[in-house]
Amino acid sequence: MSLQPQRQILVVFPHPDDEAFSSAGTIRLYRNMGVPVTYACLTLGEMGRNLGNPPFATRESLPEIRRQELIAACKEMGIEDLRMMGLRDKTVEFEDDEKMVSLVKSLIDELNPSLIITFLPGYSVHPDHEATARAVFETVRRMPKENRPTIYAVGFANNTIADKGEPTIQIDVSSVKLDKLKALQAHASQTAWMIEENTKRTDEGQPMSDSWLHYERFYEVNLED
Amino acid sequence: MKEVQVNELQELLNSFANKDVYIHLETTNGAYASHFDEKVFNAGAFIRNVKIRYELAKIINDTPHRVGLKMNHGWVYAQGITHYELDEKGRLLMAGLDFTGKLAVALEISETPFSY
Repeated sequence: MSLQPQRQILVVFPHPDDEAFSSAGTIRLYRNMGVPVTYACLTLGEMGRNLGNPPFATRESLPEIRRQELIAACKEMGIEDLRMMGLRDKTVEFEDDEKMVSLVKSLIDELNPSLIITFLPGYSVHPDHEATARAVFETVRRMPKENRPTIYAVGFANNTIADKGEPTIQIDVSSVKLDKLKALQAHASQTAWMIEENTKRTDEGQPMSDSWLHYERFYEVNLED
Repeated sequence: MKEVQVNELQELLNSFANKDVYIHLETTNGAYASHFDEKVFNAGAFIRNVKIRYELAKIINDTPHRVGLKMNHGWVYAQGITHYELDEKGRLLMAGLDFTGKLAVALEISETPFSY
């Protein structure tokens, strides 16, 4: 599928690396076309569990490590406007709902995006993902219909395809596969084990899964109600 | 962080006794536990920057270790502690890392508040 033209893209995810897994190729393709992309990353993944054994980080040193990884990943994706929103990992759902809507609204008012990339409510597994998606969808729902941006929503719960069918947007990111890989590698504290595993699988003659290095899949949502 | 050395960690725990201290206590299976295995009942707890004062601290020499803090009117304990360090800010950071290096439990003690 060829990329739909966009004026401005707003990416909203709660954790450094959410964007790399789900959307790095799509973001890189749009950046190569000159489309401005703003990434609002709500937390620094402060509660990430992977500290290594022997450990390379502590609970208290992890946020700064992930901040640097996020900055490096954005360079690989070509994102020049990164906003770190200062919430804490695993607490997003407990924030005041109206505060969350205000946070998203202020970004939309400032940037006037034609496309928002975020999670799909009900199908995004992690409580922070769900809270982020709810805030984005609610904010867009409150906008006048004619002004609403399109949403590309990422769903990966085990029941997603059974409930929602196949994703409606499939973007071939093969041409920027290496950029996506570099973005994933930039989040080394989170992905080193996974990339190691995939390297091993490639060595054993099983190529990396097509699902996340060749295609990125989204549910296109145009809120009409 | 390094692996628990009971005597050294006991001394560090003693050094915070009878002082007002902030604690971070956390247990987790990870947010994805029941996504990867639907049979897992996912439970955890988190508390950060709560001020306490304990009169007695004890680390039990078992593997993984247990650490208990006795307060005037209650208790704090953590099970599964494997690693610790006294960081550059003088905070005692203890964690239980599973066999794959993932944090399962954390107990941290500091005389100054932790970040947000």
